[in-house]
Amino acid sequence: MSSIAEKRSVGAVLWEYLTTVDHKKIAHLYLFGGGFFFLLGGIEALLIRIQLLKPQFGFMSEETFNEMFTMHGTTMIFLAAMPLLFALMNAVVPLQIGARDVAFPFLNSLGFWLFFFGGVFLNLAWIFGDAPDAGWTSYASLSLFSEGHGIDYYTLGLQISGFGTLISGINFLVTIINMRAPGMTFMRMPMLTWTTFIASSLILFAFPPLTASIFFLMFDRLFTTNFFDVTAGGNTIIWEHFFWIFGHPEVYILILPSFGIFSEIISTFSRKRLFGYSSMVFATILIGFLGFMVWAHHMFTTGLGNVANAIFAVATMAIAVPTGIKIFNWLLTMWGGSIKITVPMLYALGFIPSFVIGGVTGVMQGIAPLDYQLHDTYFIVAHFHYVIVGGVVFALLAGAHFYWPKMFGTMLSERLGYITFVLFFIGFHLTFFIQHFLGLWGMPRRVATFLSGQGLDMGNFISSIGAFMMGIAIVIMLVNIVITTVKNQKVGNDPWEDGRTMEWALESPPVYYNFKQTPFVRGIDTYWIEKMEGNKGLTPAEPLDDIHMPNNTIMPVIISLGLFIAAFGMMYNPMNQVGDGKPWAIPVLIIGLCITFGTMLIRSIKDDHGYHIPKEELMNDKHKGGIAS
Amino acid sequence: MENNSVHRTSVEYRRKKSAKEMRNQFLTFILMIFFTVISFVSVAYNDLFPSNFVAPFILLLAGIQVIFQLYYFMHASHKGHEMPMFFMYSGVFAAFLTILAFLTIVWW
Amino acid sequence: MMAEEKYTPQTWPADPEKQTLEGRNKFIGFWLFLGGETVLFASLFATYLALKNKGTHVTTNELFSLPLVFVMTMLLLTSSLTSVYAIYHMKNFHFKKMQFWFFITVLLGATFLALEIYEFYHYVHEFDFGFTSSAFSGAYYTLVGTHGAHVLFGLGWITALIIRNAKRGLSLYNAPKYYVASLYWHFIDVVWVFIFTVVYLLGKVG
Repeated sequence: MSSIAEKRSVGAVLWEYLTTVDHKKIAHLYLFGGGFFFLLGGIEALLIRIQLLKPQFGFMSEETFNEMFTMHGTTMIFLAAMPLLFALMNAVVPLQIGARDVAFPFLNSLGFWLFFFGGVFLNLAWIFGDAPDAGWTSYASLSLFSEGHGIDYYTLGLQISGFGTLISGINFLVTIINMRAPGMTFMRMPMLTWTTFIASSLILFAFPPLTASIFFLMFDRLFTTNFFDVTAGGNTIIWEHFFWIFGHPEVYILILPSFGIFSEIISTFSRKRLFGYSSMVFATILIGFLGFMVWAHHMFTTGLGNVANAIFAVATMAIAVPTGIKIFNWLLTMWGGSIKITVPMLYALGFIPSFVIGGVTGVMQGIAPLDYQLHDTYFIVAHFHYVIVGGVVFALLAGAHFYWPKMFGTMLSERLGYITFVLFFIGFHLTFFIQHFLGLWGMPRRVATFLSGQGLDMGNFISSIGAFMMGIAIVIMLVNIVITTVKNQKVGNDPWEDGRTMEWALESPPVYYNFKQTPFVRGIDTYWIEKMEGNKGLTPAEPLDDIHMPNNTIMPVIISLGLFIAAFGMMYNPMNQVGDGKPWAIPVLIIGLCITFGTMLIRSIKDDHGYHIPKEELMNDKHKGGIAS
Repeated sequence: MENNSVHRTSVEYRRKKSAKEMRNQFLTFILMIFFTVISFVSVAYNDLFPSNFVAPFILLLAGIQVIFQLYYFMHASHKGHEMPMFFMYSGVFAAFLTILAFLTIVWW
Repeated sequence: MMAEEKYTPQTWPADPEKQTLEGRNKFIGFWLFLGGETVLFASLFATYLALKNKGTHVTTNELFSLPLVFVMTMLLLTSSLTSVYAIYHMKNFHFKKMQFWFFITVLLGATFLALEIYEFYHYVHEFDFGFTSSAFSGAYYTLVGTHGAHVLFGLGWITALIIRNAKRGLSLYNAPKYYVASLYWHFIDVVWVFIFTVVYLLGKVG
């Protein structure tokens, strides 16, 4: 935050963040919100590993264990990984394409607040007694019979935050389609922007099936319909299909932006253009496309039939090809480069072998007959943690270090960063490598304990030790953040000295209008080109003129709050399956919806033209806004 | 915008063009009504036509109507609709896979 | 700024909905949203097809009556044409005529909705076919009801636009809003084409 910001009262700062529509501030919100849920999910993971520290350990009851792993998975995927990626995308993508903001600043803010209130609603389940306990997949046959309101927190919370994600996805797509600076053609876009683009289109097409199926589950539990009730003609396989039609693209929604982050980091610190840029783009698109045709590999043991299993097995293995292209491109980017080892680069180096292990076990599971052996064992747990932690979480940690100066204007400590990396890397492999073998030795997943003398004791013990190392690593990173913030040593535009893309031409953090003049783009790695030609900043594409800015508004918070309130009314409606309907429920539901739709109506009839920063004010502004003069 | 440079003739030209487009749209509408009537008739008198002919036939008519809506009523044939149409067809692809799966590999 | 500028028929641009950056963003964003809606409705259709006639005491053949559906279809198709007229007049800068045709669109849409509500009422009371009766009834009401909810939202949206802008005429600020609303209305019609074909007509055939 700038020196002016520090002088303001806490209330003013809080109000600023509640009403902001600035993508850079919304990125901060996503980072704090997602970071909070990441810690929550991490604590849940540690509690799970304590329970599994030794055989028949009574650390927690079986019911609590079910709730714990359900909430761990749900929180980590929906409330930690995706928002944290959104934080980096929001912070960086508009800068990379030379835009002053996203296409719909209002919707950007609405997307965040919907995610936040949805996440809070889901986690209120802990406070009010019954957390969801049917796994993050919440298969319908099981979730219909779950007692209490746990699953209702799951459906309503995810529905609200899902709307937010969909809105953010559309926003990024339109931003990238319409807001690129002159000269920034699609084939000159940085990889993080490309992967954001593809991930956002996956969001656009993958979230509607989830929305539909969550509605079905919600109706079944809250209004006693029969979508999944076999006795009334329902069909539980419908849920499985919809969940994975969403769920498989979801893993690409997570991993593609992570690939983008690593592409930026690897080319920056190899001080070399990304090898095979166009094949990288092609591979990204291909992964996105194939990602929609493989969902049934999660359902091989459902009994879809040999033909269906064979088709989905082949399609699954095909994805290894574009992913392999990417791996080789990263290796060849480093080949012959002048590599500089920094904290983000270390994560990138750690990522490549870790992710390859996860990919190889993925292809193993893609072999349908073998999957009958591996299904529902710890082998699966090991596999998806290798791709999600070894891919996504490494990318988030690397990205946090890499973009921290651009987001906050300070540099995280390198020394503490190395310690975090070493502990996290070793802890990660210690935790999950042995789980492959635990799975092969027959340990089923999602089971609260195991018996001694079956050869599982040592493996689980090692795994738990590793988990604690990762926990310590994250604590050290938090300490690092606190120390850095307290020291508050401001850095320049290009703190890594080798920045290639346009964000590094701007101040750290950029001034609120980003670019004083819209930049002109002459090729891939815009800023690198300018630096090589001895320019101090970007070439402007237009003369200095008034800048149009959107107004701040509190409405997104109110719209999201309305849905949050309505969700309680929905949950306690008199028809609900649990049978604890409350007389206040229907009025609360109506009030909540009135708040939401009323605010939307006010938003649409009240003109909001934004405001202009006059040219004179810009000329006197000491900030350069990316332009050399 | 170069508002002042727009001449009266170009306005008239544009109006003629959109009047022509309007006539096409009206024609499209008549065809859509016609197709709808055919669909209803072929089902209402289904003792006249075998049902394994009627089903694909009315689905085809529905498909044509959708093309009409998209390209004539929603102006997708105009310039600047490349990106929207790319995403619409991607959506149609995902939609097709979903419906195909639910017609084939959901247990009965 | 440009968005609030006053125009004459002579100065009014050919693509008023795409003159401002906000307009272009709305245009692309809304089309993308419709792409997502396509998948949403496909999911509902898929579920309907999977659960068709399951667990129910009354089948599609006994339930549906074609004359009512035919009237509803005609109403909605015609409302699609009237909204095309409205956009035609928007491009010619005839504000009054545009408002008039959007108003007719709303009237037709409201009649459609009234008939749909009557239809649902009829099914519940004559056939004892409620939302919770069977898997089939749930899937039917969710699919057709979601479409009905879209119609309702569209009616509210277009009405709000007509009233809000009644006194101030066309500008580059509200032209994209009208344009996008008409896209939404056409999309509702597209979905209905599949509903009357797949749900009602094929319900009578099979």
